[in-house]
Amino acid sequence: MATTTPTRPVTTDTTPTPVIRRKRRPQAGLLTAFTWILSIGFFFPVLWMVLTAFKKESDANTNPPTFFFTPTLDQFRNVFDAGIGTPLLNSVFATVASTILVLLLGVPAAFALSLRPVRKTSDALFFFLSTKMLPIVAAIIPLYVIVGKIGMLDNIWTLVVLYTAMNLPIAVWMMRSFFMEVPKELLEAASIDGASLWTSVREVILPLISPGIAATALICVIFSWNEFFFAVNMTAVNAQTMPVFLTGFMSGQGLFWAQLSAASVLAALPVVICGWIAQNKLVRGLSFGAIK
Amino acid sequence: MATALAEPDADASRERTPITSGRDHITRAEGWRRRGPLLPALIFMVIVTQIPFIVTLYYSTQSWNLVRPGSREFNWLNNYVQVFKDTQFWTVTLNTVLLIVGTVIISVVFGLIFALLLDRKFVGRSIVRTLLITPFLVTPVASALLFKTSLLSPTSGLLNYALSPFGVETDWLSEYPLASVMGELVWQWTPFMMLLILAGLQSMPKDISEAAKVDGATSFRLFRELTLPHLRRFIELGTVLGAIYLVNTFDAVYMMTSGGPGVASSNLPFYIYQRAFLGFDIGQAAAMGVVTVIGTMVVATLALRLIFKSFSGTQEAV
Repeated sequence: MATTTPTRPVTTDTTPTPVIRRKRRPQAGLLTAFTWILSIGFFFPVLWMVLTAFKKESDANTNPPTFFFTPTLDQFRNVFDAGIGTPLLNSVFATVASTILVLLLGVPAAFALSLRPVRKTSDALFFFLSTKMLPIVAAIIPLYVIVGKIGMLDNIWTLVVLYTAMNLPIAVWMMRSFFMEVPKELLEAASIDGASLWTSVREVILPLISPGIAATALICVIFSWNEFFFAVNMTAVNAQTMPVFLTGFMSGQGLFWAQLSAASVLAALPVVICGWIAQNKLVRGLSFGAIK
Repeated sequence: MATALAEPDADASRERTPITSGRDHITRAEGWRRRGPLLPALIFMVIVTQIPFIVTLYYSTQSWNLVRPGSREFNWLNNYVQVFKDTQFWTVTLNTVLLIVGTVIISVVFGLIFALLLDRKFVGRSIVRTLLITPFLVTPVASALLFKTSLLSPTSGLLNYALSPFGVETDWLSEYPLASVMGELVWQWTPFMMLLILAGLQSMPKDISEAAKVDGATSFRLFRELTLPHLRRFIELGTVLGAIYLVNTFDAVYMMTSGGPGVASSNLPFYIYQRAFLGFDIGQAAAMGVVTVIGTMVVATLALRLIFKSFSGTQEAV
């Protein structure tokens, strides 16, 4: 960069002296304030949802909007009365079971793919990725027919299997990137010491990548919990999950905004918390481990 | 698909530091021992994802409408002909492309702005980041409902309330259905782009920009000539991944507009869903699914090749 001889007219701040740097302080303060305002504005819809959840139905749907009100827990009580129990349990079960399955299938696969590739391993890697690129909608009709024929419609295990397939590719890619970070010297040292591959995996590698596995699990939890397309097509009453339960509030006789907000808060909360915990690893999961 | 993309860089680096044996040729048994752990996952994925797709291919050659029982028969490529003749299908395809391209571009721009603002030290930075990523985490169905009921409602929506001093009073969802859905998706996807670009910014070597600053480069020049080129790969990655995720957008369309009015805000997943589960036209829906997959695969293969080429050969490589 030939910045020493500016070709364009020199502006005031192209000559950095300590004096000017000190002058920049208030500017930095403004920028911080701007960032804060922007982020609160961006977050505001979520805040509004939380506020509405604590309103009475009569305060929820007003024009102009009600900003000051006496908070009430009525809506949360109503939501529990409306039968949130089953969908909540279903969501928890589908999420936890599919995440465990993903890890059981994915950890060995990711490990195998992080070793020096035997023939076809990079093909396998891209096969996993390619399944993520296919629009799900192309598979939904036969899935519906097959699942119907084996009598598994409206069964939570169907969602467990589908969510496992949905998350496995991301998990394999992400965990592979963690495995690849394990210094090879460690493994070599272990094998010189006479450890079998399995022992060194158990004793050396797994402890090192357990934070990575935890992050992967959280990503799987987020995706499974929020999934809607499979859930709405494959379930009815028994296996209904939280996102499907939310659609029930769109019934004909008008909307119960406050109640809907309370249900939405309950649906979103677990995943929002998981995401906050995993925020450092989130991007790695979402990008299939392509970046750190 | 899988064979089209090799991964030369990763292969090469493994080659240099073999994990178990130093020989170039490994025995058959050793090969299986290494491949073994991969098999359960591979078999599972093949069964759950590939079989349905093959069945889709088969259904797409059938004249099969559940409303007319006993009407099922092989009809060659007739469904495909019908799909290509269907003007609604083309509208929906265009919507899908607009939705993906529009959402990706706008959320990349917002994501870039947010990422640049967050790439400084300031009070409450981690809180701000936490606030900014939250829209991505909120259950998409809940966000879609939130937009539909609280923000965009014509009678008591917050947007109309905020814009009322300017005399704006619009029924956003029926007058600008596609833009409304896009707005919700942008809100949802901006955090993803922000996180990705932020990761890019933080991987930037600081000494070069320090040196340039000492040399008297303006921040704008610094951004244009150093930061932006460095971020290019991250922005490309965000674009491709965003597009891959957004192809499957269903919740937002389903909850906010149901694809309407007409098919004004319908995208391919929603339209195919309608054809299959509300119109019961299995053959046609399957054919549309196949066309969608082929289209996606062509675009995605080209895009992915570009991305992984630009990401391999660097330290941040896969």
